[in-house]
Amino acid sequence: MPKDMILISVTLVALAASAAIDRKRTMRGLKSGYRMLVRLLPQFLLLLILVSAFLTVVPQEVLVEFLGRQSGVVAPLAAAVLGSIALIPGPIAYPLAGALHQSGVSTTAVAVLVTTLMMVGVLTFPVEKEYFGARTACLRNLLSFVGALIIGLLVGVVM
Amino acid sequence: MRKPWPIPAGYILTIACILFLTTAALSDIAIGRRLAGELSTFSSKMVLLVPCIFILIGLLDAWIPQTWIERHIGEGSGLRGALYVTLLAMFQGGPLYGAFPTAHLLQKKGCSKRNVFLYLGAFSSLKIPMTLFEVSFLGWRFALIRAAIALPVFILIAEIMAVFATDPESRLDT
Repeated sequence: MPKDMILISVTLVALAASAAIDRKRTMRGLKSGYRMLVRLLPQFLLLLILVSAFLTVVPQEVLVEFLGRQSGVVAPLAAAVLGSIALIPGPIAYPLAGALHQSGVSTTAVAVLVTTLMMVGVLTFPVEKEYFGARTACLRNLLSFVGALIIGLLVGVVM
Repeated sequence: MRKPWPIPAGYILTIACILFLTTAALSDIAIGRRLAGELSTFSSKMVLLVPCIFILIGLLDAWIPQTWIERHIGEGSGLRGALYVTLLAMFQGGPLYGAFPTAHLLQKKGCSKRNVFLYLGAFSSLKIPMTLFEVSFLGWRFALIRAAIALPVFILIAEIMAVFATDPESRLDT
């Protein structure tokens, strides 16, 4: 994927530049990055397995097809729940959202779906909690969920 | 600070998963093959992304002085600080779970809570690479309207989080 290549090249360039300027400082940075990674490895494994298990039981196409059948007030709510749980990367999510919009799903529901997909992460909660604590992570996700609904409603009104 | 479990849940689940996959492979259960497929798709991406993210975070940690963060995006940094974190978020890419480490680092180095959560909000919806996708599949109008409505909502969420969020926990630092 070209987007991944960008991140990898940026990392390599940054690493090379950093090492060229100050080797010791670079080593210190790498060590601190490594320590953080080791601390979080169990959470990343948890994320990996939860997401894969979820996708195995409920394939994403089924979810999207389900959303396409909803209408009225149910559609934005279904979009919000779906967007909060699913972890669809942007390059896949936007074409899907475009297709849904064209097949008649309301602008509000599409905006809610896109926003919750990016902002709310039920499956990434184990990782988030490690950084900010369970209470803060919970609050951020709840506020983002409500915020996404508001954004969706307003987009629907304005468009 | 909470006392960590002797063995983290992630490791236990990993072992359980390996056992399940082995059993499924031996007795030819279809769902095992599907799970293995999903695992390999997702992990092939994480194997590349996660080390890169942590190398960059480590370098940021070593290079960006705490005083700079405190002065420019710390408490009382005002509108300019908010603008800085929004711009920082806009020029990044990747999934939100990749932004948590950066957000945590910023917070640890003295970035105000308001700006940390504004950063996460902006990261989730205002990234330029993602906006390009949004424009091409949903149109300029949709993308611009959504961004224009989303930013004030993110600012509001950041304000609320700044009041209620607990202080940064240091258990991730050695």
